[in-house]
Amino acid sequence: MSGAVRGLAPLQQRLDNGATVIARQTPTHPAVTVFGSVPAGSGFDPEPLPGLAALTARTLDRGTATRSSEALAEAFDGFGVSLSLGATRHHLTFGFTCLSEDLEAVLALVADVLRHPVFPAEQVERRRTSLITSLRQDEDTPALVATNALMTLLYPAHPYGRPVKGTVASVERIERHALVDFHAAHVGAAGLRIVLVGDVEAERAVDLAAAVFGDWDVPGGEPLELPPVTPPETRVERTIVMPGKSQSDIAYGFVSIARRDPRYYAFLVLNNILGQYGLGGRLGDSIRERQGMAYYAYSAFDANVAPGPLVVRAGVSPANVRRAIASIDEEIARMAADGVTEQELADARQYLIGSMPRMLETNGGIASFLHSADVFGLGLDYDARLPGLIAAVSRDEVVDVARAFLAPERAAVVVAGPPEGRPDQAS
Amino acid sequence: MSLAAPSVTATPLRRVTLANGLTVFVQEMRTAPLVSVWCWYKVGSKDERRGQTGIAHFVEHMNFKGTTNIPRDQVKGIIEQFGGSWNGYTWIDETTYLETASRDALDRMLFIESERMANGLFHPDDVESERTVIISELQGGENDPEQLLDIEVTAAAFKAHGYHHPTIGWLSDLEAMTRDDLYEFYRSWYVPNNAALVIVGDLDADDALRRAERAFGGMADRPLPKRVRTVEPPQTGERRVRVERPGTTAYLKLAWHAPAVGDPDFFPMLVLDAALTGAKGLNLWSSFRNPPQRSTRLYRALVERGLAASVFGALLPTAEPFLYTVSCTAADGASPEALEAAAHEAIEAVRAEGLTRAEFDRAQHQLKARLVFESDSVTSIAHQIGYFHTIADVGIYTSLAQRLAAVTPEDVARVARSRLAPARRTVGWFIPESGGAVS
Repeated sequence: MSGAVRGLAPLQQRLDNGATVIARQTPTHPAVTVFGSVPAGSGFDPEPLPGLAALTARTLDRGTATRSSEALAEAFDGFGVSLSLGATRHHLTFGFTCLSEDLEAVLALVADVLRHPVFPAEQVERRRTSLITSLRQDEDTPALVATNALMTLLYPAHPYGRPVKGTVASVERIERHALVDFHAAHVGAAGLRIVLVGDVEAERAVDLAAAVFGDWDVPGGEPLELPPVTPPETRVERTIVMPGKSQSDIAYGFVSIARRDPRYYAFLVLNNILGQYGLGGRLGDSIRERQGMAYYAYSAFDANVAPGPLVVRAGVSPANVRRAIASIDEEIARMAADGVTEQELADARQYLIGSMPRMLETNGGIASFLHSADVFGLGLDYDARLPGLIAAVSRDEVVDVARAFLAPERAAVVVAGPPEGRPDQAS
Repeated sequence: MSLAAPSVTATPLRRVTLANGLTVFVQEMRTAPLVSVWCWYKVGSKDERRGQTGIAHFVEHMNFKGTTNIPRDQVKGIIEQFGGSWNGYTWIDETTYLETASRDALDRMLFIESERMANGLFHPDDVESERTVIISELQGGENDPEQLLDIEVTAAAFKAHGYHHPTIGWLSDLEAMTRDDLYEFYRSWYVPNNAALVIVGDLDADDALRRAERAFGGMADRPLPKRVRTVEPPQTGERRVRVERPGTTAYLKLAWHAPAVGDPDFFPMLVLDAALTGAKGLNLWSSFRNPPQRSTRLYRALVERGLAASVFGALLPTAEPFLYTVSCTAADGASPEALEAAAHEAIEAVRAEGLTRAEFDRAQHQLKARLVFESDSVTSIAHQIGYFHTIADVGIYTSLAQRLAAVTPEDVARVARSRLAPARRTVGWFIPESGGAVS
C-alpha cells in the first residue's frame, strides 16, 4: 500500500461549478481526514486591512443562516470533530478528522459553514479579541517577532511582506461588513479544492462532497495575481530588543524560488544539505554539534506561487549572537563557493526519496500532499514521479542554485531577544 | 504470550521477556512499508537526586553522541539512509528513543538501540558542547511565559515528590554536572531489566522477536539503584504563585493533584476533562491534541464570555499522582480577577451538580473518536504500547475503550467533588509587566 511504490492514484472529479474533489481510500483505521481550500488568503486583504482573511476564516463557523454558533459548536463537538479554519497567503483553508461513520453529517456542517456564514456581530467581537490576543502573544515571542520582521525586510513592497494575521491596529479597524463582503467576493465553488482521505471508498467520498457542494452556484474569486518580487540587493540587518527574554532568536534569509520553477528539486536538495539532513544539515553541524551554541539551527524554504523565503533559524544565548551569525555567513558563503560534495548529494537524494513512505503514511499526510500537488498543478501521479525528479538532480544544478541564491552580502538578518551579551533577568 | 490487540490492529500484540529482563513487544501492522522501533527506560526526572536535576534529560542528549560501535561521525545518516527519522524524549517517569524507517532498516534500528543501551561513550568534549545546547534549550523555554508559569505552578503543587522540579533541570545543576555524574546515571539505569523494546510495523512477529533476541540477548541484567519513594503529603489549602515579567499577555493556570493512570479515578477524570475543556485523547506523541471544545463548560464560561482567548485542560497518564491543569490565556483587555472568578464558579458548578447526560455522552463519544484518530501511524501505536508499559501496564492501553465505557456519570460527579476541591488546588498567574519590543 506504499504511496511511493504503487502510487496513490487518487480519484479526482471536477464538479460542474468548478469545484475539485480528490479522494483516496486508506483502510488503516475507521477515520477520514479532509483538507480543503478556496483562493481567499491574506494576499487578498485590502491594503488598509491586513488580517481580514484571517478574521473571516476564524469567524466562519460562528453561525450560519440556519444554525446558531452554539448549535454548530454542539454539532461538531458531538462528533468529536475539531474543525480548523485559517488563512495562508493564498488560501482560506479548512480541515478536520472524523470517524468514517460521521463523514456525511460532518461534511454537511462544513459545507454550511463555508457557504452560509452570517458573521453574528457578537461573535465577530469574540473572534476579533481572540485574534488580537494571539497577535499580542506573537509580539512577545522572539521567534515569531524575528521571522515576521524578516518577511518585511525580504518583501518590502509585496503582499508576502504583510502579516497574514494582520496587526493589532488593523484588526481593530475591521468592521463586520468587511467580513461579509470578503466572503461574498472570494469564497465560492470555482476555486474550491477538497481532498478526502481515509476509510471510505473514493467514489463514495466524491459523491458525499458533490452532494453538499455540487449545487453551490457562487463562483468565488480568481486566484491571486502577484507583483514581481524584488529581493534586497544589499545586506539588511535589524535588531529588536525584547526585555525579559532569556534567549535570542535569529532569522536570516533570502528570497528563494517559486514552486513551479524547474530548479525546485535542486533547491530542495540544497536546503536539505544546508539545514535539514540529520540534525539541521551543515548549519546544525556547525552551530549545534560542533559549537554547542543552540538547541536548534536549521533552514527551511517556502516555494510558493511566487518565490517564498529561504529562512535560516537559530535560537542562541544573547552572548553568542554575533558568533552564530558569523557561522551562518560562513556556511552560506562556503556553499555558494564550493557547492556540495557528491556524497552529500547522494545522501540527501536517498533521504528525500526514502522518507516518502513516512510522509504518505497518515491520512493527514496524504491529504496535505494531494492538496498541494493540485494547487501547484503537479498532477495526480505526482507521488509516483517525485522520486525520479529528486534522483535526477545533479551536483551542477545544486551548485547553480547555491550560487544564484546564497550570498551573505545580500542576506536579510533579524535578531529578536534580550540585549546582546546577557539573558535579561530584569523585571 | 499474547495480549488483546489495540482496537485498530488485526493481529495480536506479542510480548516476550528475555532472560536478562528486557521486555519486548512486537505488533504487526502492514499499513505502510515502515517499522517503528522504540526503546523505553523506566527512569525520568522524578528519579533524580537533589543537586542532579536535569540529569535524565542530559543523559538522553548524550545518547545521541556516539557509541563504541557507532563513532560520533557516523551518527549522522545512520537512519537517514533508510529514509528514517529518529528522536527521543525525557519526561517525569520515562526516557525513550525511537526510529521510524523503511522496513529494511529493522536490524539497523535494533543495532542503534542496543548500542545506546550498552556502549554509550560520553566523551568529555561532547559533555561540554551538549551542556550549552541544553542550557540553550532551557533558555528557549524561558522565552515562553506559559512555560515559566508551568514550572512555578508545578513546583508549588509538589513540595516533596520528585515531580517538583522541571525535567530540563535547574540551571545551576546543569552547570555543575560532571561527566562522571552523567556516566554513572547512565550505567545505573540503562540496563535491560529496566527497559522495554517496542517494534511495530510491516514485519513478521516471530522474525522480529528473533532479531531482537539476537541484538539484546547478550547483555547482562544488573541490580537497579534504590528508587526515591517520597510520597507527596496531602495539600490542605489553596496555594498561589505569581510570575511577573515583561510581556504582553496574562495567563492563568489552575492545578489540582490528579490520580495516577492506574487509579480507578483516572478514567472518570478523563471524561470530566473532556466535558470541561474537550477531549484530547491519551497520546502525547500524536498530532491530535487540538480538542473539540466549543460546547464545553469552561469554553462557554470563559471564552464565550470574552474573559479568555483560549482554555486548555490536561490530564496526562503518569506513574504516580501528577496534576490536572486548566490553562487560560486572558483575553486582551479582560480583567484577570473576573477570569479567575468565572473559572472557579464553573468548576464549583460541576462539583455541585455533576454533568448533564448530554455532556457525559458527548465527552464519551469524543474520547472514543480520539482513541481512533491517535492510532494513525506505526509510530503513534508503538509510542502508546511503550508508554503505558513504562508508566504502569500495557494492559491499560489495550483496554482503553472498555475502561472508558465503564465510567458512569456518578463516577464523574464523585471525582469532580473530591478531586477539584479548592483546598487541593494551586492557582498560578503570569502577569505581564509593560515593556514590549524595541526596534
